Amino acid sequence: MSAVLHNARLAKFAWRKLTNQVALVLSLAAMSFGLFWLFWILFETIRLGVGGLAVATFTQMTPAPNEVGGLANAIYGSFLIVTMATFVGTPIGIMAGIYLAEYDTDGWLATLTRFVNDILLSAPSIVIGLFVYAVVVSQFKSYSGWAGVMALALIVIPVVIRTTENMLQLVPSGLREAAYALGAPKWKVITKITLRAARAGVVTGILLAVARIAGETAPLLFTALNNQFWNSDMSQPMASLPVTIFKFAMSPYENWQQLAWAGVFLITLAVLGLNILARILTRNKD
Amino acid sequence: MSSTLPARSAPIQRQAKDEKRNMSNSPLPNSRRQSALPDRVFGWVAKGAAFLTLTLLFGILVSLVYGAWPAITKYGLGFLTSSTWDPVKNEYGGLVMIYGTVATSFIALLIAIPVSFGIALFLTELAPAWLKRPLGTAIELLAAVPSIVYGMWGLLVFGPILATYVQQPLQRAFGEVPVLGALFSGPPVGIGILSAGIILAIMIIPFIASVMRDVFEVTPPLLKESAYALGSTTWEVVSKVVLPYTKAGVVGGIMLGLGRALGETMAVTFVIGNFNQLDSLSLFQAANSITSALANEFPEAGEGLHQAALIYLGLVLFFITFVVLALSKVMLAQLNKHEGTKT
Repeated sequence: MSAVLHNARLAKFAWRKLTNQVALVLSLAAMSFGLFWLFWILFETIRLGVGGLAVATFTQMTPAPNEVGGLANAIYGSFLIVTMATFVGTPIGIMAGIYLAEYDTDGWLATLTRFVNDILLSAPSIVIGLFVYAVVVSQFKSYSGWAGVMALALIVIPVVIRTTENMLQLVPSGLREAAYALGAPKWKVITKITLRAARAGVVTGILLAVARIAGETAPLLFTALNNQFWNSDMSQPMASLPVTIFKFAMSPYENWQQLAWAGVFLITLAVLGLNILARILTRNKD
Repeated sequence: MSSTLPARSAPIQRQAKDEKRNMSNSPLPNSRRQSALPDRVFGWVAKGAAFLTLTLLFGILVSLVYGAWPAITKYGLGFLTSSTWDPVKNEYGGLVMIYGTVATSFIALLIAIPVSFGIALFLTELAPAWLKRPLGTAIELLAAVPSIVYGMWGLLVFGPILATYVQQPLQRAFGEVPVLGALFSGPPVGIGILSAGIILAIMIIPFIASVMRDVFEVTPPLLKESAYALGSTTWEVVSKVVLPYTKAGVVGGIMLGLGRALGETMAVTFVIGNFNQLDSLSLFQAANSITSALANEFPEAGEGLHQAALIYLGLVLFFITFVVLALSKVMLAQLNKHEGTKT
């Protein structure tokens, strides 16, 4: 073994070692890069949001520019629309998830539905808004809270289908077989045994769906529109927190921008809180 | 588990195709005995819910085409290459918006792909076991933040900082250079295609990183250990063993991120400037994307050609995202086929 060959090999190894170290440092930098944005966004949201928060934010209604006011009607409107959308979308999502997991899992309908569902899951939400506009708003010639409910329900359904199906598939077959052996009809096996066993996961899915629609703005832009006053009538345009934030943030008025930050803080709090709650629920199952 | 991010189907149940869980269906199939009525009704309701999903997609397509029909008949495919957008003279063309959407998504991918790869590499190879979970959660929280938060933060916090520390120095440095200077020539105020692209990148990083991490973890340990046994460094294992094995999944994840970036509305609307122009290709100039045009103009668009043109844009966007997402599903499914097979 000549010394030249040995040195060449050492040099090559040194080069490989250097490439490796550079790559690993870069990957650490990438991780810090990602975390940096998360912390910066959260920090700014908390700093600017808490500054704009006051008791008035929850008790007074959206004001005219340069007047004192709050976000009460927007919060109430968002709460109504999100709750109703969850009530409408969840049963449909769970039933479809049950079909995908329990009935004819490999059939053509199930495969096609899974494919379509994954596309709808990531489809642009503004297109969903356009669809509901074309079907509901232009037929009834008015923006309404119900149109907003429908648009958000269409976003809830794919999320719930995906999580329900995944959770039901994790239930061991032995449970189902034992129930059948005891003579239970299929629908009882599904509702009383399988769904019960997957309960935590399904609830998690619903929580994640709620977290997702709580922050959605685009589908509400041309369905529920917006409303400057308190409104409990779902067939009229309704205020919602995200749309109000959109309107206030793009404006040049100081008080509107402050209220927008407060709204952003509230939404982030709700969404992240729901996500963390969902994570805690699934972690205990492991 | 976050279902806003793509989840792989539970591999345990999927792989054994030959045992179709026969016992999970009712033991006596329909031929011998009629199931009781509640059983059948329940089955119909479940099947109907699945059909509803299909009709939903179909309904979206049909209603978009119907709404855009006036514009489709008037312009045909020329709509995609014309850049006039004049509500006063009732002349419309979608090139400005399509360019804005494509340019911002391209910049977003340019930034997001290497960063996501680095994050996935860190999470799978470098992080100690106790750190993997919290870091993974933190990255997934980035995905959970609503897009309107990104938009507001981008406009009011990030934009000014981008203007002072990035755009103005770039303009001073490259302003006079003949070709590059055109890219950096617009007003450096922190809005425009560059800002929108950067914010989109931050939004899609968690999607791409999470898919990449999932597919990296699926590589058979035997392959990696053999490479290590032959003396490879960590980087060589990842670049020469893991990446080629998972390339379909990686591309699938990238296309998923692209699909998300194309359809993102609020974050883009806040920072893109909403200016229908294509005169300058500068990254700093305000522009418009399909989603921001829809968000800004649709509520006040007059019935007739203006609305139809906007719906035509929505149809184009839906079509593009449909194709991208379908391709992503196909690529990810290809990787799932390898799971559980002998290597």
